[in-house]
Amino acid sequence: MNPAYRPYHPKWYRPRVPIFWWLREWAYLKFIARELTSVLVGYSAVMLLVFVVVVDRGEAAYLELLSWLSRPGVVAFHMAVLLGVLFHAITWLNLAPMAIVVKVGGRRVPARAVLLSHYFAWAVCSAVLVWALVWR
Amino acid sequence: MRRSREPILWVLFGGGGMMSALFLPGLLVVLFIASPLGWVELPFGELQELVGHPLVRLGLFGFVFVCFFHAAHRGRYTLYDGLQLSHLNQLIAVLTYGVATALTAAGAYVLLTFG
Repeated sequence: MNPAYRPYHPKWYRPRVPIFWWLREWAYLKFIARELTSVLVGYSAVMLLVFVVVVDRGEAAYLELLSWLSRPGVVAFHMAVLLGVLFHAITWLNLAPMAIVVKVGGRRVPARAVLLSHYFAWAVCSAVLVWALVWR
Repeated sequence: MRRSREPILWVLFGGGGMMSALFLPGLLVVLFIASPLGWVELPFGELQELVGHPLVRLGLFGFVFVCFFHAAHRGRYTLYDGLQLSHLNQLIAVLTYGVATALTAAGAYVLLTFG
């Protein structure tokens, strides 16, 4: 190509998007809220590690953690964390049928079945957890 | 051509999304709400035995690993899109995955050395 030749570039049409664009509509706000709940997933993973350290330290340390966890403010905070994590989990599971295409015998498994099997897996995993931690 | 690292990161992200969705609500309810409030009783001896089991430790390591990378990946794109920081692409990627790597290393340290 002739180096002197510059292709014609019409000025790009790029409307300026305000930085708080996600406050404009409920759906956008929900999207950003869901994205932010991943911070709570990170927090919960850190708390699990803290839990392991405390249990390893012995019963006294464990009881101390329990008494901290049972303070009203801490309980309220963890309830809020739970709500966020539930929102995260539900929005994640609801996406599964869109992301996963399962074929059995050349036929696509209906989205509803994929969705229900994920919720079923959720119930099984939670039940196994409760069994392992509480009833064993 | 340099291969993209995106698929690996996406697998960690996807794995973290699924694992956290399946297990985190239950763990939070039992360990951090029901047990402190006295709704359920977790006998300490059994809890210690459970937490000390090598397979539980391995599982926990995998779990926190994908959770941290899940949060890092989402945080990265939320910063790009939410705050329009795509010009800081590299910095944000280094920061988010860096924090996830550090936390995962801390997790490995905790799970390998304690107990």
